[in-house]
Amino acid sequence: MSFFKRLFGKNKNQSAEQVEKKASLDAGLEKSKKSVISRIAKVFSGRRKIDEDLLEDLEEALMMSDVGVDTTERIIERLRKRAVWEAYLDQSELINMLREEIAHLLVGDDIGHALTNHSVFSVDEIDSGDGPAVILVVGVNGVGKTTSIGKLAHRYKSEGKKVMLGAADTFRAAAVEQLKIWGDRVGVPVISQGMGADPAAVAYDTLESAKANDIDVVIVDTAGRLHNKVGLMSELTKIKSVMDKIVPGAPHEVWLVIDGSTGQNALVQATQFSKATDITGLILTKLDGTAKGGAVLAVCDQIKIPVHYIGVGEKMENLQDFHPLDFIDSLLPESLDDK
Amino acid sequence: MFDNLQERFERAFKVLKGHGSITEVNVGDTLKEVRKALLDADVDYKTAKTFVKNVKEKALGKKVLTALQPGQLLIKITQEELTELMGKAAAPFELKAKPSVILLAGLQGAGKTTHAGKLAKYITDKNRKTLLVACDVYRPAAVDQLQVVGESVEVEVFAEPGVIDAVGIAKRGVEYAKKNGFGAVIVDTAGRLAVDSKMMDEIEAINKAIKPDESLFVVDAMTGQDAVQTAKAFNDRIDFTGVILTKLDGDARGGAALSIFSIVGKPIKFVGVGEKMDALEIFHPNRMAERILGMGDVVTLVERAQQVVDEKEAKKIEEKIRKNKFDLEDFLSQIQQIRKMGNVKDLLGMMPGIGKALRGVDIDDNAFNQVEAIIRSMTPKERSMPRSLDLSRKKRIAKGSGTKVEEVNKLLKQFEDMKKVMQMMNKGGEKGRGRLPMPGMGRGR
Repeated sequence: MSFFKRLFGKNKNQSAEQVEKKASLDAGLEKSKKSVISRIAKVFSGRRKIDEDLLEDLEEALMMSDVGVDTTERIIERLRKRAVWEAYLDQSELINMLREEIAHLLVGDDIGHALTNHSVFSVDEIDSGDGPAVILVVGVNGVGKTTSIGKLAHRYKSEGKKVMLGAADTFRAAAVEQLKIWGDRVGVPVISQGMGADPAAVAYDTLESAKANDIDVVIVDTAGRLHNKVGLMSELTKIKSVMDKIVPGAPHEVWLVIDGSTGQNALVQATQFSKATDITGLILTKLDGTAKGGAVLAVCDQIKIPVHYIGVGEKMENLQDFHPLDFIDSLLPESLDDK
Repeated sequence: MFDNLQERFERAFKVLKGHGSITEVNVGDTLKEVRKALLDADVDYKTAKTFVKNVKEKALGKKVLTALQPGQLLIKITQEELTELMGKAAAPFELKAKPSVILLAGLQGAGKTTHAGKLAKYITDKNRKTLLVACDVYRPAAVDQLQVVGESVEVEVFAEPGVIDAVGIAKRGVEYAKKNGFGAVIVDTAGRLAVDSKMMDEIEAINKAIKPDESLFVVDAMTGQDAVQTAKAFNDRIDFTGVILTKLDGDARGGAALSIFSIVGKPIKFVGVGEKMDALEIFHPNRMAERILGMGDVVTLVERAQQVVDEKEAKKIEEKIRKNKFDLEDFLSQIQQIRKMGNVKDLLGMMPGIGKALRGVDIDDNAFNQVEAIIRSMTPKERSMPRSLDLSRKKRIAKGSGTKVEEVNKLLKQFEDMKKVMQMMNKGGEKGRGRLPMPGMGRGR
């Protein structure tokens, strides 16, 4: 039981900085969030053991957050099993048991990770030797790739990095323009060749230019592509091999952007993109709306790709580190509250 | 080839095992599967629950009169219900006044701008001069994007670069269309989240200002459980007239279509099936129903089997199998039964899971011809006792059927193997239980 205490205690003693961050997010979203704990407690009140009704409520909450049938059933099943041998449970222990089960899916066995800030991704972790750190951003259409890149550029630039963007979405109308405007806003150079150009050639130019200009971080945008289109998926492979020729080891990171409102297709997307390009991280976007992004649980669990960032708005500051515990809490309360 | 045949064969028999009527017990597993299919397709949790409950109520006590099993009949009812619902969800897109005003609204990245272009092309092709109005004043280069799109479909774009009053642009755009004799005007708007009250005020104001004939909610087919909340929020503000479901060329099952219709009762008018400007289709209710259930075309197959399988004949054969007296004569009649159902590849393509695996594989219907020819070259006695065949008989049969002795041997070997499988099926019993009853797979009782 000590683990629960640890988990629970940790949450209570969140650093002032964390609390403030969360508060600002909440304010920004204009959501009048009551304390998550108090709301779950309301649901749990009067119940001292896990019964079928309670499990059904939890199931509903998870399903309505897009966690999906299989993953939900697994979580509930594990809860059910544990409930038998952990006979004495009070509310906070129940809550923590659930959080722990979800954390288990999100960050694998290393649950300690979920409790600390160590899981937060830093661009400094990218080992690119002397050359620039190269990040390739991919995803299906309309998930927010270009916007996320603008935000990433802003973040890395504020961290003191020299950042360059590559406009390899040469397909969608005005995509190059869109990235250029972001470049202007943030104040970083954008390498482009205009619409219809070969994306691999743009990637080539970008990396050449980055090398020549002593750039620290290069982020390359790509056209949205549905993962079931074989030709477009193999185009990614080509971009990757071109990159590797100029900066050995590049791209060092390939990030898949997933729309937070996506349902069960998210897992299919992650699976297919992983096959084509070895995805190293996820960006989960549009979490400032009512969507919960629960589909990413199955992605983390089954493909073992970590979430690096979440998008929570259209401004360049609206990109946050991914904190598993905050995310877990956001999955549960609202639909439970309906009860 | 022969393996497939064997599979079909196995199914054809099992289909006959249905009896009685639908009860809670014999369709329990099927109901669970249906519910899971809906949730996997991203149908709203509550909508799925209600739908399954309705299907169950409708199905309980229904007599299974045909060759179907209770589970199969339930799937048939499910499919019918869903198709009916989706059918109600289909509605024509009508251009009324001149100019007919069309408003597009939705979340970010749903595909509004792309679909503004597709719609412009669709309407232009109907001989109405169309104007596009660029009211997305927020997203970088959104106006440029619409201009490029407009160019590619040869439609004029009304834009006021630098102006940030989207309502004003919309109004002036429609005015411009009126003055200049346009037949239709499509107003593209910024993507917005339902919780963003300022932006929702804006779309409401645009809607009031231009009074569109058609206001279309554009939604990504990959949307999960949030589809309902978002659709509700937009509907509350602009009371939209219909839905465009986009990105259906992906592999998402598009359960959002069902949720949205169930919750807000608004029809789906178009589906987007690609990035090209002509990749816009009218909504097909039956296709959508199938897609959401993700079950291939099970029902069609079951229906066809039902039509052609002669029950008496089948009972006779079942009896023979039980007594291990199944011979080549019976085998021939079975092949003919199966062939009556249609093209083999089509048949297999209708089986869930198999259709995909078959893509690109060429199944030769002629394989049956050879088997038939060989059996037909045998005397009735030979057909009933295939083991009695010696080499000279085999040579004669090969000659008569235009095949080689090896081919005759192969058929005989496979026939023996198949009989073994049948014996096992006789003894083995209930291995299909608990799974989704497909034709011949489950044996609900």
